[in-house]
Amino acid sequence: METLINKFRKMAPKAALLMAVTAGAALQSCNKMGGEGAATAEGLDTDAASKVYVAPGKHDELYSFLSGGFNGQVSVYGIPSGRLLKIIPVFSQFPENGYGYNEETKAMLNTSHGFIPWDDLHHPKLSRTDGMADGRWLFVNGNNTPRVARVDLKTFETVEIMEIPNSAGNHCSPYPTNNNEYVIAGTRFSVPLDMEGKTADVSMNEYKDKFKGSISFVKVDKETGDMELDFQVLVPGFDYDLANGGKGPSTDWVFFTTYNTERSNTLKELGASQNDKDYLAAINWKLAAKYAAEGKAHEMPANYYHNKMDHGTFQAKSTIKKKVRYLLPEECPGMMYLIPAPKSPHGIDVDPTGEYMVVNGKLASSLPVFSFSKMQQAIKDKAFDGEVSGIPVFKYDAVLQGEVKEPGLGPLHTEFDGKGNAYSTMFVSSEVVKWSLKDLQVKDRIPVYYSPGHLMIPGGDTEKPYGKYLVVMNKITKDRFLPTGPELMHSAQLIDISGDKMKMLLDFPTVAEPHYAQGIKADLVAANSAKFYKLDENKHPQAVKNEKDVNVTRKGNVVTVKMTAIRSHLTPDNIEGVQVGDTVYFHVTNLEQDWDVPHGFAVMGANNAETLIMPGATQTLKWVPKQEGVFPFYCTDFCSALHQEMQGYVRVSPKGSKVPVKFSTGEPKPVPPATASVN
Amino acid sequence: MIMAALSLGLLFLFPMWKIYLKAPQYPEGLEMHIWVNKISGSSESVLQNFNILNHYIGMEPIHAESFAELRIMPYIVIFFMITGVIVALVGIRKLILAWALLLMVGGAVGITDFYLWLVRFGTHLNPNAPIKIPGMTYIPPLLGSKELLNFDALSLPSTGSLGILLAVVFSGLAFYVSRKKKISQKVTA
Repeated sequence: METLINKFRKMAPKAALLMAVTAGAALQSCNKMGGEGAATAEGLDTDAASKVYVAPGKHDELYSFLSGGFNGQVSVYGIPSGRLLKIIPVFSQFPENGYGYNEETKAMLNTSHGFIPWDDLHHPKLSRTDGMADGRWLFVNGNNTPRVARVDLKTFETVEIMEIPNSAGNHCSPYPTNNNEYVIAGTRFSVPLDMEGKTADVSMNEYKDKFKGSISFVKVDKETGDMELDFQVLVPGFDYDLANGGKGPSTDWVFFTTYNTERSNTLKELGASQNDKDYLAAINWKLAAKYAAEGKAHEMPANYYHNKMDHGTFQAKSTIKKKVRYLLPEECPGMMYLIPAPKSPHGIDVDPTGEYMVVNGKLASSLPVFSFSKMQQAIKDKAFDGEVSGIPVFKYDAVLQGEVKEPGLGPLHTEFDGKGNAYSTMFVSSEVVKWSLKDLQVKDRIPVYYSPGHLMIPGGDTEKPYGKYLVVMNKITKDRFLPTGPELMHSAQLIDISGDKMKMLLDFPTVAEPHYAQGIKADLVAANSAKFYKLDENKHPQAVKNEKDVNVTRKGNVVTVKMTAIRSHLTPDNIEGVQVGDTVYFHVTNLEQDWDVPHGFAVMGANNAETLIMPGATQTLKWVPKQEGVFPFYCTDFCSALHQEMQGYVRVSPKGSKVPVKFSTGEPKPVPPATASVN
Repeated sequence: MIMAALSLGLLFLFPMWKIYLKAPQYPEGLEMHIWVNKISGSSESVLQNFNILNHYIGMEPIHAESFAELRIMPYIVIFFMITGVIVALVGIRKLILAWALLLMVGGAVGITDFYLWLVRFGTHLNPNAPIKIPGMTYIPPLLGSKELLNFDALSLPSTGSLGILLAVVFSGLAFYVSRKKKISQKVTA
């Protein structure tokens, strides 16, 4: 290993020089072209245009779900066109539709720390049936304030967010097992646990003794998708980076990369880079579940939020959980092992057969591939090299299948095409490298622009990848698109991997910072996509299903307006009797029962976003008027030819005024109103 | 003849008439289905969607409750079915002819009534409608297609009406066959 490190040390300056030269060349060629555009991709497919062209009115072949990173959202792109289809708000307030602003969805963002309007969303993972993405749900993680969320792919809406206790930096998350038995979430930052639901008030110098990590096993209901934290495994105080579930023979296992096994508490860029090897942790989740069921689990107090959206009432409700069960590896033989892995690994990726575990050691000069069958043998032979906190550590050579030599610099992440090939991103040398699982030889490499993080092959993390396309998500954009000031969109690139040689097809800008993505054949999702909500099934307590039933009522200083929206009027549209300092709730029901006819609702001066109401749904906007006068409200989504006329007024009188509560729409009737008549 | 009576049952299983609307923003189309006893459409809320579109031009909203015909017609159809069976059993030839003629008259009255409704909806417009085009009326076609502003309206009889047609054909056939029988009876006599 020493020699490898030395080699890397020798190589690094050369590589840097090489990079500088390449960059220089790129800049020069740029100048020659009159400063227009960046380096044309090497390996550009001669027929790229027709391969990514989706004619007007035609649909893309695949959906892709890209995490938004620091925007707390998920972006949905069509592949191969790279067209943005939707942004799904998850951990962030979204003024565009009122998510996290209206009364129904606010509770989705509740945590034990109070209301949090933001998080850092890293990893989308599609729910699975028999090891394959089934298109039902998308699980995503919130990194900063540890949370796992579930997006329902019938409506493309966030329906559940659960806080993860005893965790900090929920990065190693969320990894579903092959039938969603569990979604697994590991902590990136180990923290001192007070074993009562909080982190302890201790000095950082006590890291080595007091800091612990946790890996959470979240159970998923087979029918509803509802999540429940079943138990946690308390693990040594490393940083847990990424995870990947086994497949086929390794289906009962899940693997985690770790770094900072040095357990350094400061200047981790050095402190966590001292050990020659960190670990790949392997946990037998089936055995862990068995131990938990058989009474090996301890229990400790906890305090975490579980927020669920009810599809019938459109309302999110929070429940606070007060307990959590946990397992200790030293009490559970055979449940957890450590595999020495090169320096500060990032991605761990299990190939489609479930036999090979590829570890992407971002500071290492080779890419080690471990063998699951060798690991099983090593367990039998007790081929261990000591233990850490009671967890056996394998001998490196006993579990190693081989190393991919000189794959490139800074390997971060690998996926598979199902044809025996693996594709790895090289952050430092800015390329995607194709290599063979059979002989571990590099077969092809293609430069990408610039510095890729993760890549995604649709189904490339499952048993049967769709080995036609590869999407690589680059961390640095620079000159790829027209400049837009200092802050740029991130850049993704689409690569054709159907042949021997990788062919570059397309650059497309992506929202915020995608860390990872999932891809799935369009028909698995499109066929189930809801068009609108049925008014009949709307169980919102303040829903009004007929214009005749609208009303405005006062109780103390709370004014409740139950109103309706339909093309092209709001009922009521003249409201009086509201006073300064009242809390006014506008419960707006969209009476439409047609596809793509949302109505928006906004009031002048409301310290709030608008709320966008889908057909058949009810949403509530809260407004506290601060001054008297007349305040217009209107529909914010161009709904019809008379959208501009879809507006009304609220009169606000001084506190204690005698103006009675009064409301109306259209007297005398100017237009025969199109009243809702479902059935 | 029994076949003739039974084929009227199709009226309860399928719509009599369908009106198709197509516009740029309705790529999936809107279909209104007129049954002997109800109005439905290609989707659950099609009537509401028809009414929303129609209210811009001041057309009266269409509600199944406003058509007395939808309440009466089922009885008329049942009347024809029962009398058809009776005619078949009694076996008086003239009655077959009378039944068939009466049915044809009934059908003609139905179509006329339908047309009058179309005219009423198409011309009886609210004078305060948001969209007013001088001289424009919106009578949907009785049969065939017609362009109404941004909509292409197509109106066609549907499977239910086939029931009436079959009833007429079968009763005609019964009439014809029984004539032959009579002749052969005469010959043998």
